[in-house]
Amino acid sequence: MKIAVAGENALIIYLSDHLSPEVSDQVQRAVQVLEQALGDLLVDLVPSYASLLLIYDLYKTDYGRLCSQIPALLAEAKGRASERRAKLVELPVYYSEESGPDLRVMASQTGLSISDIVDLHQAREYRVYAIGFAPGFAYLGEVDERIAHPRLATPRPRVRQGSVGIAGRQTAVYPSISPGGWNLIGRCPLLMFDLQADPPMPVEVGDRVRFFAIDRSEFISMGGEL
Amino acid sequence: MSAVGFQVIKPGVMTLIQDGGRIGYHRLGLTTGGPADSLAFAWANRLCGNPSGASSLEITVGGLELVAEVTTRIAVCGADMPLAINGRPIEGWRSHSVYPGDKISVGFARAGVRAYLATAGGLMVPAVLGSTATVLREGIGGMEGRKLVGGDRLPCPQVDSGDCLKVPTGYRPVYNRRVLLRMVMGYQHDAFAPSERERFYAGEYQVSSQSDRMGYRLEGPAVHCRMPDMLSEGICLGAVQVPPDGQPIVLLSDRQTIGGYPKLGAVLSVDLPLLAQLPAGGRVSFAPITVDKARQVRLQATKQFEQIQPVVCPSKEPSAG
Repeated sequence: MKIAVAGENALIIYLSDHLSPEVSDQVQRAVQVLEQALGDLLVDLVPSYASLLLIYDLYKTDYGRLCSQIPALLAEAKGRASERRAKLVELPVYYSEESGPDLRVMASQTGLSISDIVDLHQAREYRVYAIGFAPGFAYLGEVDERIAHPRLATPRPRVRQGSVGIAGRQTAVYPSISPGGWNLIGRCPLLMFDLQADPPMPVEVGDRVRFFAIDRSEFISMGGEL
Repeated sequence: MSAVGFQVIKPGVMTLIQDGGRIGYHRLGLTTGGPADSLAFAWANRLCGNPSGASSLEITVGGLELVAEVTTRIAVCGADMPLAINGRPIEGWRSHSVYPGDKISVGFARAGVRAYLATAGGLMVPAVLGSTATVLREGIGGMEGRKLVGGDRLPCPQVDSGDCLKVPTGYRPVYNRRVLLRMVMGYQHDAFAPSERERFYAGEYQVSSQSDRMGYRLEGPAVHCRMPDMLSEGICLGAVQVPPDGQPIVLLSDRQTIGGYPKLGAVLSVDLPLLAQLPAGGRVSFAPITVDKARQVRLQATKQFEQIQPVVCPSKEPSAG
């Protein structure tokens, strides 16, 4: 564990320099313990793969004081069972060449069939490692090595909402139209970020996600648009 | 149509509703938004007797025209844009009474980039996740997540009483085209070799035309980091990130919440307004500062802001004509 200055009112806690489900669990527990213990000294927290950015109220505390408090809190977090039970979220995906424009190229480059890729993508449970890039964009990992695939050399200027992509060993659902360089293999008809919903996102960091295939008519009946 | 507040005649190049920012939603991937120049924004509100984070307009470059539908007071602070009520020039950094039918025009900036127009009582647009801050990239806040367009109506209260105030001369910021930014050494600072850091601090950078509320891209001496691939991590306001091309980017109000480029630290919040007022081609250099010193600077700046007493002006201006 290492604590470093980030800015005038922000510090970053590195729990590890590599990504693993155990490290991700630690990040989650640290979020809970720090929120409870620090209360209104905190402005916001940004958990990520193996680190936690802590933005604090510099009118109420300072870097030195927090640095002396945090190690004991993290030690407490380490021993404690997570209070929040990670939920399992199941997301429907219409996998097809019409909804997943990169399936064919991925198949030819990996030597797998399109149906192998689709099966492998659904075969695992993924973990939400981080949320960022855009509202509701959840980084999920890790996909089976056989379907891991580098980002496109040139990102698309416009990726459709709900597109399901693979980049390296990560996978994600694009919550809204945006530019993007991930390999697209299908689309999810559910909203991944909805201000009208409470909470606005179906997943949080630490949650588990499983994808399941739906067909074209199910996609449309669930609100998907082609 | 019933009186609402103000009607937008010309929206200007980019005019956005901003408040103090959307705080506490980084975990959903939401940025904060909020004013790029927090000092000018705070002054505009203070001159209207508003709380510090009241909803106001951030006018980028200029070109805005509004017609008042109510009696109230307005103040414009920040970039030096020619201001007029019914064609008669008025002073910036000062609140003015306006009456139904008055036309308020904000010309194009002569110095600085962004000005803030506050109205007494603040603009009354609905908050989204606790804030009215407009973030175009997210399509959230302000007027349905977009910039103002002609015909928009901006609700605000009718305010018949209250003093017009002005910032004493001498306390108004001067927007130079060359600024020195103090940067807290942080994040991967030590992963940059001493020779790289030296080049960075000795160098002068030019503001690229691809600079916006998300980040100011700089062009100048390239600096490189020996870090191998790093995992994406949280980004704070003012963070100075260095992509593989070695050209630093200072991240502002609309920054992404996480990112995977190494960072040298973060620019002090009191210096960011100077950066946000620099046009493309403006010159920037950096000086390192410790986190403890940075905190003192912030506390002192807040104290100084509170201690400056605005000057009371005659509240009734002669009407036009």
